[in-house]
Amino acid sequence: MAHGPQPGFKRWLYTTNHKDIGTMYLWFSFAMFFLGGIMALVIRAELFQPGLQIVEPEFFNQMTTMHGLIMVFGAVMPAFVGLANWMVPMMIGAPDMALPRMNNWSFWILPFAFAMLVSTLFMEGGAPNFGWTFYAPLSTEYAPPSVTFFIFAVHIMGASSIMGAINIVATILNMRAPGMTLMKMPLFVWTWLITAYLLIAVMPVLAGVVTMMLMDIHFGTSFFSAAGGGDPVLFQHVFWFFGHPEVYIMILPAFGIVSAIIPTFARKPLFGYSSMVYATSSIAFLSFIVWAHHMFTVGMPIAGELFFMYATMLIAVPTGVKVFNWVTTMFRGSMTFETPMLFSIAFVILFTIGGFSGLMLAIAPADFQYHDTYFVVAHFHYVLVPGAIFSITAGVYYWLPKWTGNMYNETMGKVHFWLSFIGLNVTFFPMHFVGLAGMPRRIPDYALQFADFNLIASCGAFLFGASQLVFLFNILRTINGGKKATAEVWEDADGLEWTVPSPAPYHTFATPPVVK
Amino acid sequence: MLSGIKRVFALLTTFVLAGPAAADEVERWGVNMTKGVTTVSSDIYDLHMLIFWICVGIGVLVFGVMFYSMWAHRKSRGAKAANFHESTALEFAWTIVPTIILVLMAIPATATLYDIYDTEEAELDIMITGYQWKWKYDYIGEDVKFFSNLSTPRAQYELDGSDVEGRMANPHYLLEVDEPVVIPVNKKVRFLITANDVIHAWWVPELAVKKDAIPGFVNEAWTKVSEPGIYRGQCAELCGKDHGFMPVVVKAVSEADYAAWIEERRMAAVKLRELTEKTFGFDELFAQGESVYNTACAACHQANGQGVPGAFPAIAGSKVATGPLDSHLSMVVDGSATNPAMQAFGGQLSEVDLAAVITFQRNAFGNNMGDTVQPIDILNFKKKQ
Repeated sequence: MAHGPQPGFKRWLYTTNHKDIGTMYLWFSFAMFFLGGIMALVIRAELFQPGLQIVEPEFFNQMTTMHGLIMVFGAVMPAFVGLANWMVPMMIGAPDMALPRMNNWSFWILPFAFAMLVSTLFMEGGAPNFGWTFYAPLSTEYAPPSVTFFIFAVHIMGASSIMGAINIVATILNMRAPGMTLMKMPLFVWTWLITAYLLIAVMPVLAGVVTMMLMDIHFGTSFFSAAGGGDPVLFQHVFWFFGHPEVYIMILPAFGIVSAIIPTFARKPLFGYSSMVYATSSIAFLSFIVWAHHMFTVGMPIAGELFFMYATMLIAVPTGVKVFNWVTTMFRGSMTFETPMLFSIAFVILFTIGGFSGLMLAIAPADFQYHDTYFVVAHFHYVLVPGAIFSITAGVYYWLPKWTGNMYNETMGKVHFWLSFIGLNVTFFPMHFVGLAGMPRRIPDYALQFADFNLIASCGAFLFGASQLVFLFNILRTINGGKKATAEVWEDADGLEWTVPSPAPYHTFATPPVVK
Repeated sequence: MLSGIKRVFALLTTFVLAGPAAADEVERWGVNMTKGVTTVSSDIYDLHMLIFWICVGIGVLVFGVMFYSMWAHRKSRGAKAANFHESTALEFAWTIVPTIILVLMAIPATATLYDIYDTEEAELDIMITGYQWKWKYDYIGEDVKFFSNLSTPRAQYELDGSDVEGRMANPHYLLEVDEPVVIPVNKKVRFLITANDVIHAWWVPELAVKKDAIPGFVNEAWTKVSEPGIYRGQCAELCGKDHGFMPVVVKAVSEADYAAWIEERRMAAVKLRELTEKTFGFDELFAQGESVYNTACAACHQANGQGVPGAFPAIAGSKVATGPLDSHLSMVVDGSATNPAMQAFGGQLSEVDLAAVITFQRNAFGNNMGDTVQPIDILNFKKKQ
């Protein structure tokens, strides 16, 4: 069996093949996406109308917490790692990832981490209920006993991410085909290289902050307890020093995917390639010096408020450059609108709207009114759902023919797109309004003036959730058959991955290609 | 659920049939930030609208180009792709122009921020302490302090609540309290904000004051309200189970009314101290205890005394409530030594309320101790310590 997979379950358990591991990451992430989605639907069902109808506030808090953790660490991040596993070696002409055994290990610890996290729902006292940002002392002195399992799970997820990131850096820096210089790399490879460095920089910070919590809870320290000489705000500084780069970890690879798809369907090279690379690097750098804009209301000195306000506003500049470049790529192209392109265009429009609300939130005095309201919920769902989720979806439709050798059903893809697009906007756009009108986030029940918009949002959420079943069905159908895909798949697609047959053979580029 | 589904249809009908009238409807729901009733809140509103219109302008420009391309440069219309892919001048322009817009935006934002941070020369100081899940107001220099609890009846908001009509007819559902914080108009009031347990945030949109209440630290904020009125807000930082059930109500009144109110509060405090000497009958204590229990205890221990397994212990049949009186007194007055969620109520409730609620707990939910605790017992217990 020198050149093929082992039969049966052993193939998946023992595999060191980047394509197999990529597939496992993607399926794992898809499963978590549905699990986190069901939790979101519990939240939206409870908020369907005023009054408590379905769950107790205690369980509601567990749902918001678990929804956030599962979507961030279980759905979005593993999906990007899965795409990186599949595509990075094929894009740079490498035979596999640089560290294949570690690759296997970084995937296989994830299901255990999430099994442990989800098992807390069945423990006495319930699952973590302190929000995905787990602010101390609510997450330490006042936490349910299951917090210790949460900490352990976060440690494992962090270890997985760090190993994955090291692997990607090692692969990109060492295994590029002859002639594939850094400035010739596809943007997806570039954005992942930068993302991997962000991961290596901040995942240890997350591990540090949960370890400090563990010490406070079990070993008598007082990092975050004022009564013992500690500081609850210290928690927020350390958490957001991880947390802000983390949000770019969830969006930079998305920039890479969209930068691959838009030129293909506009039949025109990406506009401003080098400025895209520089803009991505600037965003990554800025991500380290803006963390306290999540904390404008904690009572920082005014000098701190001003610094973080100015630095945050600055992020709009490189982000703007990226959006302008995408639009200019489309300008005077020859466009067609297949499903990956539809999702990518929706990405550009809706991510920009999320960027606008982000710019509004950067204005510190205005943030005093926006902070911790549904306006913030609307903002980050506009950058994460059309940002991360839509780009991943676009990437899956774009590369699925390469992975399976079959074309997906285009009509079904378009139905999926339009239902998702409508569902998403119906869900999240009204949240801007209720937030501005004064509805705080993370509440299980609300005053009557917020009722109508919440009702609309809940309807949209169920539409969005249901439309993902179309996606699942389309993928399953494509795996099992359909029109055969050519090696190039898309007319005018550019990149090494389109030079290998569809489906991509189990081992690609055993002999490196030469890049001119 | 059924009434919700009916409302979906009602809304759809409004939109479809009443096109322009729907605009008024939307206006009524509230779609924008409040202008509020202070200079700071109106400055913030102006900043908000300015940055909003800047975003709209940029959006129209960017999306305009994009939609034009999507219409004009599509393959089905026979568009041939151009091959340009670089322009240093363009990249330079769209780096510089946004930077200039941002600098212009930062100027008024900085000025407003300085204004918000200027807490000097206040004419009145109020200490605000966040508790799970209520606010305490302490008028510094006056003998006036009290807790402010949600006053919406439980039957309106509980999961198995029976009073759905009451909820839907209550204009201040979840935004009403038993004791609002009263401030005089046209005076600079400084708030000193802290918390007793976890982090909360004190927020009143119409005053544009939102500040985190952090245990062990004191934050400052200020306001100067020009219009008498009642302004409602909520806790804005997740603080546990009943985060959604600890509203803030500020009542701004004329200076004369404020002075009268302070005097009235003082007299009430004196009267309450006199009551401490009085001996009450069992029924009187039990009845008052029930109402104190519903305000101060039921959030965790539940209205039926069963608690929440794994999180909050039951009162019904509990070792404390059916054990020696002293340990029950100590638990309620000093709080739990091992579980920080059980607060010390000694400083929160009056002696009369403490005596009433302990009497109630020892004789309700099937607990049958038969004993009566008098305010003087509480006083003696506190003195012993």
